[in-house]
Amino acid sequence: MKELDARGLSCPEPVVMIRKAMISKENAYQMVVDNVTAKENVTRYAQHQGYQVSVQEADGEYRLSITK
Amino acid sequence: METEVKLTKLASCAGCGAKVGAGTLSCLLEGFQTHKDPRLVVGYDKSDDACVYVVNEETALIQTTDFFPPIVDDPFLYGQIAAANALSDVYAMGGEPRLALNIMCVTETMDTTTIQEILRGGYSKVFEAGAVIAGGHTIHGAEPIYGLAVSGFIDPQKVLTNSAARPGDVLILTKPLGVGILTTAAKADMVEAPVMDRIYQQMATLNKTARDIMVKYPVHSCTDVTGFSLLGHSFEMAQGSGCSIHLCADKVPYHKEAYELAEMGFIPAGAYRNREFAQAGVYAAETLSRALQDIFYDPQTSGGLLIALPQNSAQELLKELQDRIPSAAIIGYATEKQDYPIYLESDS
Repeated sequence: MKELDARGLSCPEPVVMIRKAMISKENAYQMVVDNVTAKENVTRYAQHQGYQVSVQEADGEYRLSITK
Repeated sequence: METEVKLTKLASCAGCGAKVGAGTLSCLLEGFQTHKDPRLVVGYDKSDDACVYVVNEETALIQTTDFFPPIVDDPFLYGQIAAANALSDVYAMGGEPRLALNIMCVTETMDTTTIQEILRGGYSKVFEAGAVIAGGHTIHGAEPIYGLAVSGFIDPQKVLTNSAARPGDVLILTKPLGVGILTTAAKADMVEAPVMDRIYQQMATLNKTARDIMVKYPVHSCTDVTGFSLLGHSFEMAQGSGCSIHLCADKVPYHKEAYELAEMGFIPAGAYRNREFAQAGVYAAETLSRALQDIFYDPQTSGGLLIALPQNSAQELLKELQDRIPSAAIIGYATEKQDYPIYLESDS
């Protein structure tokens, strides 16, 4: 499980971060973002790469569990 | 010697994607005291492209302003795009720009050549428009900004608002969509240079040709598709006109490269703001992919004109437009007001 922190980053940086991380093709990633655009865009990217995504929201932050 | 700084790295968001949402704006302005002037025939309360003030029977003044942070690293191109975008609001009202003022913010790291190139880009487009830059104002700040305040003139009887479409009208769009998605993806080096060159040239293209052709036809309503996206601007047109607008998703021109990039999540924040603003008023066919909808919510920088006119003149206008602007297409039609302001339809 790889953990990624994209808080403070705006589009397209969180997608670039997950894209780079996915080069290693792990089965699971955890990513935390702090805006809706990043949450939606990272979700789209992960789904496009064949992953499933579940999102937990707390205190304006989104924790994305990305799994094969 | 100053180190070369990439212009877009100085910007926190891209082009018209930097625009504050339409819903947010109308809330901010609520309850302010304003004079009622009957000569102001189009004002901020109409959510239109520009304001229109009737000077006398033959002349109305059109005023507008638009500016944004760099969306391209080439300063000349940035100046051209920002100017074309600012001038567009006058064209969207059916008018002709006459005077412009520079609005500029420069950072400490920008060298004089870069600043001069931005201005040269702006001047080149204002010259092409047949208008004059009469001055302006420049400040120092954290992020570069460039744009114009533009004044133009029009016969008061010929003002084209965004709220005068009528049932039976056909809708024409003159530039393909996807510009916001592509510029976002370009920031992540996801787009080939020739594709971006095409996009930048499109953004730098004035809506002058489209306007000059359009005014020869009995057009009812017009707006330019910019920061609020095709759906946001169509929504405003439908609401303002008291009708419903049906968009044929398969006929809307867009840059094909934007589709997969939307699927991959290279979507600007402005697209999500646009969706939030308009989606309650949009009935979308179930077969429509999310990526295609993202393209229709995508904020456009210096986008094309959205023109509403009677069906019996539409083919003729389209043909004349296509001779000069091959991307122009009929994308939908207006009906009497139905349950939703916007119907997004698909043949497939």
